[in-house]
Amino acid sequence: MRISPKIAQVLAVFLLGASTLLTLAILVFIIVFVLSKGLPGVNFEFLFSSPKDMGRAGGIFPTLVGTVLLPLMALALAVPLGVGTAVYLTEYTRETRFTRILRFGTDCLAGIPSIIFGLFGFIFFVVTLKMGWCLLSGGLTLAIMVLPTIIRTSEEATRAVPNSYREVSFSLGATRWETVLKVVLPNALPGIVTGVMLGIGRCIGETAVVIFTAGSSLRMPTSAFDSVRTMSVHFYILAREGISNEKAYATAAVLVISVLLVNLAAYGMMHHFIAKRSK
Amino acid sequence: MKLNGEKIVKYGLITVAFSALASLLLIAGFILKEGLPFMLKVGVRDFLLASDWDPQAGKFGIYPMIVASLYVAFGAMLIGAPLGVAGAIFLNEFVPKPVMRVVKPTIELLAGIPSVVFGFLGVMVLAPFIRQNMGGPGLSVLAAAVILGIMVLPTVISISSDAIGAVPNSYREGALALGATRWQSVYMVTIKAAWSGIIASIILAMGRALGETMAVIMVAGNTVKIPHSVTDPVRTLTANIALEMANATGMAREALFATGVVLFVVIMILNGIALSTIKTKVRRK
Amino acid sequence: MFRQFKSLCCASLAGGLVLAAGCGNSREGITMAGSTAFQPFAEKLAEQYMITHPELSITVQGGGSSLGIKSCLSGVAQIGVADLIELPVEAAALLSIVAARDGIAVVLNPANKVAAMTLEQVKDVFTGKIQNWNQVGGEDHAVAVISREAGSGTRSSFEQIIGGVKLTSDALIQDSNGTIRETVANDPNAIGYISHGLVNEKIKSVTVDGYSCTEAEIMAGNYKLVRPIFLMAKKDASPACKAFLEYVLCAEAQELIHQNGLIKVK
Repeated sequence: MRISPKIAQVLAVFLLGASTLLTLAILVFIIVFVLSKGLPGVNFEFLFSSPKDMGRAGGIFPTLVGTVLLPLMALALAVPLGVGTAVYLTEYTRETRFTRILRFGTDCLAGIPSIIFGLFGFIFFVVTLKMGWCLLSGGLTLAIMVLPTIIRTSEEATRAVPNSYREVSFSLGATRWETVLKVVLPNALPGIVTGVMLGIGRCIGETAVVIFTAGSSLRMPTSAFDSVRTMSVHFYILAREGISNEKAYATAAVLVISVLLVNLAAYGMMHHFIAKRSK
Repeated sequence: MKLNGEKIVKYGLITVAFSALASLLLIAGFILKEGLPFMLKVGVRDFLLASDWDPQAGKFGIYPMIVASLYVAFGAMLIGAPLGVAGAIFLNEFVPKPVMRVVKPTIELLAGIPSVVFGFLGVMVLAPFIRQNMGGPGLSVLAAAVILGIMVLPTVISISSDAIGAVPNSYREGALALGATRWQSVYMVTIKAAWSGIIASIILAMGRALGETMAVIMVAGNTVKIPHSVTDPVRTLTANIALEMANATGMAREALFATGVVLFVVIMILNGIALSTIKTKVRRK
Repeated sequence: MFRQFKSLCCASLAGGLVLAAGCGNSREGITMAGSTAFQPFAEKLAEQYMITHPELSITVQGGGSSLGIKSCLSGVAQIGVADLIELPVEAAALLSIVAARDGIAVVLNPANKVAAMTLEQVKDVFTGKIQNWNQVGGEDHAVAVISREAGSGTRSSFEQIIGGVKLTSDALIQDSNGTIRETVANDPNAIGYISHGLVNEKIKSVTVDGYSCTEAEIMAGNYKLVRPIFLMAKKDASPACKAFLEYVLCAEAQELIHQNGLIKVK
């Protein structure tokens, strides 16, 4: 019995739409749950004062700072390395065994549990290099952790740029690097940004790695050698030790809102950039 | 002078690629150095197939945990992959662009929520739900699979969506010009063109599912037993490492690193399978 | 736009380097690491102590009792914190003091009829010998045993006190006081053990051998499930370090500990 294409289309749209709605419903449920339990506890004081009384009172300002600095440090390393590697793989080499091995290795490393990165960071940076629990140890470890994701997504993005774009650029006399910088990368930007967003998300959301390498000090960091606590770690400790469920939810609410703002900002920047170019 | 600049850039990028490779090798080397001696001492077969995990008694069988990790990861993909790919297709092909521009970042928002929040919600909401409606203690394979499935959704949706979005419009227009319906052009042309990106998203997501620790520890129950139903509690390989590492010394610690090696190998096998699937699909074209 | 992006990158890298250079802290840094249960208390004590000693910078990390001992031995931390019944052999080379005591409450869901158990019954439930609540006076339902993970100081103390227990292989394992509390609060057939300071209205603690888990009973020595919290330092630790250890034992610090839910040493 053959289904007419029109009916098949209706069915398909229905199923696809239902799946998307389900995904959105789950997401909305989680966000509403966290915000409804957490927002009542969030106010100016909460955001800008330090935790008091083991986190049962006061705010989360040092953790806000930690949550900003740590991913920043990780990305400052991972993005140039990752995008550079991706560009090298797509633009400067042919498909050889070496590139296939590199890609395979990258995929595998994307799957290594964060706890192993945490242990590695602890043993290598904190103990062997004697850096102690600090921002630098955390940033370096997180950079290595998100590197595979950024390499993979940047590579997919640069590979997807049609060759015709490159050919036009070459025919106009541009060098390979100029082509990369002015043609390939701008067109691959959405994909690269996705990878970076996922990387930021992972950095902000990580707890095991951060605790093992950056520690969980509640004090305000004054140098890259100070220990920091991120909001995820703070939530983890508050919920885990049963110190204060309200403060935990409030921290989670701030986390969710921050991630939303970061995502929106990145997309805004990107669309502004694309709009400007297509004028 | 421009050519010299080109050479500098080329060598610069080679250095960058190599340092990326070097850091990845550093990690791989680290795990192997700590874990391989143990596996050679105890014997790979005994380690992998024995079911007795009791470090204090010198027993290091991780078979139940291998089974648990695989069940939980596959369960997560059963939930996350179809929902994710369907969502990506729907958002890219059947929804007006402005709506997609708002919805996609919102879904990517899920990626930023810490795993411990998911885990906590799992303990507070999902586990009791499973316990009341399906029996068992609630902390189970099912709970872990559902939570992980939700957690990998943004990865699958973002990357698949980017792959689908990168398919040139000319492909779609070509199909439509030949009389195909929207849906036909999607499944006959667009998805095939975006296939490698979609597979990449599923591989990355599966890697994440296998490697997730925090959320799984909170909702899986962490009992070292082979599960007989989805409502049985289990302990995954990652949970085992996290739970036992702080206390492990000597052989027990090496055993945990060896577990890391096993995870690494399992992921390599999975990736290999996925890669050959893509190769055969491409060849058949 | 790319130029702006590049200069942003350069700026942040430069900023990073400046941060790295700014590590010239003239304050002495003391790092405490170890028991996660004691971490909040340690933070409170450190905060208090630094008011009168601003030349010090005390940071508190977690990681668990075993990590605390290892970090202290390896020098990564100046003070290690462990909540074990007795310190293991490798810690013999360290200075140690008992900073506080913590009661371990055996907790049940409020809907569970059982309110009193003997130490023997607790042991049998956790070894799996007793598997149904009706064997201890409750409903006819299987017991869901919840325990801490193998490296937990709470768990080894618990198991040591109730008599060298081998935990049933059916036990569910959660990795913190808070999650055990939530799990027990959500499951009418669960039994677990947590720090007595964390018992709230969502769960109830049973009496063991007739004694309830209250401060009075612990001080009187009647309630048996108690463990000490050790602070350790190397024998050649700095004077500031040793001074802090002494501070923890003084009346003001002990009162602070007491107010926040632990039990004083004396």
